[in-house]
Amino acid sequence: MTAISDREKLSYIAAQAADARINLELETEGMTLNLGPQHPATHGTLRIIARLDGEQVISADPVMGYMHRGYEKLTEVRTYPQVTALVNRIDWVGSFANEVPFILAAEKLMDVEAPPRAQWIRTVLFELSRVANISLFLGDMALQLGATTPAFFAFRDREHVLNQIEAVTGGRFHPNFDRIGGLKDDLPAGWITETKRAMRKMRQFCNEMEQLVLGNEIFAARSRGIGIIPADIGLSYGLSGANIRASGVDWDTRRDNPCGLVHGELDWKVWTHPDGDSFARFWVRLQEVRESTKMIDQMLDGLPSGPIMAKVPRIIKVPAGEAYVETENPLGVMGYYVISKGELVPYRVKIRSASFSNISIAPWLLKGVYVPDIITILASLYFILGDIDR
Amino acid sequence: MSSTDTPTDDSQTEDAAAPIDNARNDLVARLTAHLGDGLIESHVTPGDDLWVRVARDSWVEAAEFSRTDLGFAYFSFLSGIDWMPSPFGRDMDAQVDLQLEADETDEAGTDKDDANDTVESGVAGGDTRFQVFARVNDVVNGLGITFKVDVPTSDLSVASWVGIYPGADWHERECWEMFGITFTDHPGLRHLYLPGEFEGNPLRKDYPLLARRMKPWPGIVDVEQMPEQEPDGDMPAADSAEAGDNNEAGDNSGGDA
Repeated sequence: MTAISDREKLSYIAAQAADARINLELETEGMTLNLGPQHPATHGTLRIIARLDGEQVISADPVMGYMHRGYEKLTEVRTYPQVTALVNRIDWVGSFANEVPFILAAEKLMDVEAPPRAQWIRTVLFELSRVANISLFLGDMALQLGATTPAFFAFRDREHVLNQIEAVTGGRFHPNFDRIGGLKDDLPAGWITETKRAMRKMRQFCNEMEQLVLGNEIFAARSRGIGIIPADIGLSYGLSGANIRASGVDWDTRRDNPCGLVHGELDWKVWTHPDGDSFARFWVRLQEVRESTKMIDQMLDGLPSGPIMAKVPRIIKVPAGEAYVETENPLGVMGYYVISKGELVPYRVKIRSASFSNISIAPWLLKGVYVPDIITILASLYFILGDIDR
Repeated sequence: MSSTDTPTDDSQTEDAAAPIDNARNDLVARLTAHLGDGLIESHVTPGDDLWVRVARDSWVEAAEFSRTDLGFAYFSFLSGIDWMPSPFGRDMDAQVDLQLEADETDEAGTDKDDANDTVESGVAGGDTRFQVFARVNDVVNGLGITFKVDVPTSDLSVASWVGIYPGADWHERECWEMFGITFTDHPGLRHLYLPGEFEGNPLRKDYPLLARRMKPWPGIVDVEQMPEQEPDGDMPAADSAEAGDNNEAGDNSGGDA
C-alpha cells in the first residue's frame, strides 16, 4: 500500500467538494422527467410529467387524452343494442364486464329481467373476464418490478380463459355477447368440463404466482410500504375495486348491491388487506382471481336450465327515465348513468369508468416518492388506458 | 320522464301499495332539515335509488353535509347534462331507422316530433338547459345519492367540489371542457382530454358529430343481403329485417308486438 501524498489528499478533497456541489446544484435546480406517452408501465398512452428534486418527485401530473374516443358522444347516435360494441373497447382486457352494467341499466329502464339461465351465464362470463384481466395484471406488475418469468406465465395461462370466452362468444377480446333481455347464444357442448379444467389451471397459476412473486424478497422490498393509500383518502378520490379493498375497506358491489348478477347466491369471500400499499393491492388481486375461479366452478355446477332470452321487442325502444347501474368490474366499480327519452338511442350516457377515478389519486400519491417507486405505484394501481380515456 | 309525473318526497309519503324505503326517506329528511330551501326536489325509488336536486348556492353545502354527517365518503362521478334536444334532430339517423321508428310511432299512436322540440328534464326535474349531476356513495350501508343542480345559461358556473371530494378534480375538468360549465374555486381548470387549442364543447347537443355527417350510418340492422336472398323491392325495413335474422336482433323471438 502506497502512502498518499499531501497533493493527492488535496485533489481528493477537491473532487469530493465538486461532487457535493453538483449534487447541491441538482437539488436546487430540479428536473422534469417525462414518462411516456409510450411507457411500458402505462398499458397504453398515458404520459406523466414528474418534477424531480434529486430522486424525489415533487409533483406528478398525468396527461391523458391520447386515446380519447368520445364514447359518451357516440352513444347518443347508437341504438341500445349497438352500444355494447362500443363499450367493449373501454377496458379491453376484460371486455365482457363492460357490457354488463350498460345492459343492466337498459333492462332496468325497460323493466325487463333476463331469464335465470342467462343471468347465471352472464355472471360466469363476467367472472371469466375478471380472471383474464387480473391474471394479466399479476404477471405485468411483477414484470414492472424486474421479474420476467411471471409475465410469460400470465400470458400463457390467460390463454386458457380466453379460449373459453372465445368458445362461447366467438371473440377473444371483444365478445359483444350481452343482449338486452338475455344473451346471444347458449353455451356450446362440452364447455362446462373444459372451463372447469381451465379454472383448475388458473388456480395452479395463482399458486405459482404466490410462490414466484409474493415470496420474492426483491418484490417485497420494492412494494411493501410503497404508495400507501389511507382508506378515507382513497374513498374521497373515488377509488374502487381491489385498490380500496387493499386499504381495508370491506366493500364489494358484487356482495353489497348485486343487481342483475347472481353473486348473492354463491358462497364466496371478499378479500381485504389492512396495509394499503402496493404489495397489498397485488395480494388482494391474487386472492380475487382465486375466488373468482371458485365462483365459476360453483356457478357451472348450479347452472339452471331454461331459455336464455326474455321476450323483448325486436326493435328496442327504452322507455323514458334515468337509471344508474354499477357493477364490480375487474378494474373497480364501473357504472352507466343512462338517460332515455323513449327513443331508439340513449339521450345521454355517462360512463363512470373505474380507472379514471383510480388513477386520479396519482398526483397525490406520487408526491414525495422516489423515481423507481413511480413504476411500482402505477403498476399496482392497475389501470387500462381505454378505461381512463373512454 | 318529466318532473310532474315523478312522485316527490316533499310530503314524506308513499303510496300504501309501494314499499317504503326508510333509509332513503330518512336521508331526504336529514338533507331537508340541513339545507332547508336549498333542497328543491327529491325522488326516491324504494329499495333502489335516490335523487336530490339542490339550489346552486347549496351545491357545496350538500356535498359537505353528505360527506361529514351522512357518511357518504365515496365519490363516484360528476358530469353534466344538456337537456336541449339536438338542433340537428334525427337527421343523423339512418333512413332505415327513421322508417322503423315511423312504423312504431304509427302503431303506438303517439307523435314523437312534438316531444322533440321541448326541453324535458329528467328525474328530480330541472328548469335550465344545463344540469350538473354527481353521485356519492355510503359504502358501509350500500346507499347512493345522485345530486343534481340547475346551471342557468346566463351564468354557466357552479361551485367546485374539489375541497370536499378531491376526486372531483378531473371530473370537473372533463365537465368544463365537454359542456363549458365553469367550476368556481377549482384549483386548475384546464383541458383534460382535448388539446389546448380545441374549440367548442363536444358533449353539448348543438355540437355536431362530424364523423356522422361525413359518412352516413348504415342503420339499426345489417343492410347487407345474405348471399341467397335477392332484394325483392319491398320496404327497406322488411328487407333488412330478413337479412338481420342471422344477426343479433334475430334471436329475439318476441316479435314486434
